[in-house]
Amino acid sequence: MEARNLGFSHGVRPALFDISARFAPGQFSVILGPNGAGKSTLLSCLAGLLTPDSGAALLGDAMITAMPAKSRACRIGLLPQSAQTHWAIAAETLVALGRYPRQRGWGLSPDDRAAIDAAMQATQTSAFVGRPVTELSGGERARVLMARVLAGTPQWILADEPLANLDPGYQIDMLALFRAQANSGTGVIAVLHDLHHAACFADHVVLLHQGRVFAAGDAASVLTSDNLAAVYGIDADVRTGKEGAIELFIKGRVAL
Amino acid sequence: MTTRSINLLLVSFTLAAFLLSLTAGKVWIGPADWFADNASGWIMTELRLPRAVLGLAIGAVLGLSGAVLQGYLRNPLADPTILGVSASAAFGGVLSIYLGATALPLGLFGFAMAGAALSIILLILLADRGGGPLGFILGGMVLSTLAGSLTAFLISIAPNPFAASEIISWLMGALTDRTMDDIVHALPFMAAGMILLLTTGRALDVLTLGEDGARSLGINLKRLSWMIVLGVGLSVGASVAVAGVVSFVGLIVPHVMRRLVGEQPSAILLPSALGGAILTLVADSLVRLMPGAGELRLGIVMAVLGAPFFLVILLRQRKRMA
Repeated sequence: MEARNLGFSHGVRPALFDISARFAPGQFSVILGPNGAGKSTLLSCLAGLLTPDSGAALLGDAMITAMPAKSRACRIGLLPQSAQTHWAIAAETLVALGRYPRQRGWGLSPDDRAAIDAAMQATQTSAFVGRPVTELSGGERARVLMARVLAGTPQWILADEPLANLDPGYQIDMLALFRAQANSGTGVIAVLHDLHHAACFADHVVLLHQGRVFAAGDAASVLTSDNLAAVYGIDADVRTGKEGAIELFIKGRVAL
Repeated sequence: MTTRSINLLLVSFTLAAFLLSLTAGKVWIGPADWFADNASGWIMTELRLPRAVLGLAIGAVLGLSGAVLQGYLRNPLADPTILGVSASAAFGGVLSIYLGATALPLGLFGFAMAGAALSIILLILLADRGGGPLGFILGGMVLSTLAGSLTAFLISIAPNPFAASEIISWLMGALTDRTMDDIVHALPFMAAGMILLLTTGRALDVLTLGEDGARSLGINLKRLSWMIVLGVGLSVGASVAVAGVVSFVGLIVPHVMRRLVGEQPSAILLPSALGGAILTLVADSLVRLMPGAGELRLGIVMAVLGAPFFLVILLRQRKRMA
């Protein structure tokens, strides 16, 4: 999956300029950047929800916005930003919605049921069968929504700030889920805020700044003191610790 | 109980309510006299049967439209009047009474449907600009206010008190004195609209995930909004054209059905249509049984029943949010 010279404006306000970035299947890619850098806009372009003004978002050689909606939906699964669910429907009914683009006619086929079961097992949500999603805690609901994405067995998973409002334990659970999906060959692209998460889990980091790609590459090459100072205006110590792990310590704001 | 057995139960209740509507009234007519060649038989074929069929159809239209709109707008307080189609159709009807066009064939019905069509076109233009649910709510509010003001204006300049009172009485909503002609005119629009609405179920389910989630799963939101505007516009427009504005059915019934079959938007569509038919038929039978020379208006009875219910919903919802 690739953004090629992609530009996008919200009305007259330009959000993305000439973005070029490649994402590989089997990798956990993370899009980082300060508020307003265009992270969610880029993800929406890759998901086919927004049509770029210039350039293109491509999957293989196909323009993502030109793909038929259902075949796009079969290949790209999106976990949107708000974890809102509007009606008190049962967890398994919610997960079943992920099968929508693959369903023919009414009712669930054996394939559908198998995919739903597998997705709920992978996310450890099988225990929530029969429970209305509105009664689950935020962390439990996030996992059910993730199971919804997995149930569609997409080749690509795009997640927009999937860790918002989760406590540290659930955050690690979700990151481990993304990691496991990437290890099994799925391309995972997530917009994250926490630099530590990116440092610990990402194979590939795209750092956006003011609508442009500021740096891209593996975590060690992108998360440098200089880059973080330039993009976030923070003073951070970055060290490579034992076994190549990146240790990040944020000391404060960069003196202007 | 499974959704299927609840649906079967609702179908049998609907049948019972239909039979009640045929039987009950100032004159009770037993099944023996239904096809008799006497006054009872005449009441049956000329008055009761059209009235019961219309009650069934209008109730189903309102219940289904309410369920679809609540699902689409993801707002349990939405009802079929929210798009402004009812007010526009009502204005069309009132205009025909004001102009004395009701004597023409299809006069009142045609004017009311024209009013509904105008509002459908405006709403579709709005949807094409990517208005979304909020756009519909605001656009519907503008349409309702505009049509309501124009209706009030026509009442205020009515040529004589009789015309004004005819207008007001029509606006209140009733199934009185409808003929088979009315049914023949209205049913095709209602049927077409309801078919459109019944096909939206799966898309409404997916909308539970929000608009981005639904679009990423391949739902075409623009097409969905077209279908809903057309479906509600045709069916509710036709029901206003024959029976005036009957309120609250579309608001109450989906809530009751959610308690019975759960909150999944597609699961409440059929039950809401059946429940709407039951409520309207029973309320209309009650209207006929009320003592007194005149007859209470169905619209009034519904509103009196509905307003307290609405209040309870509001209070409950606030409690859930708190």
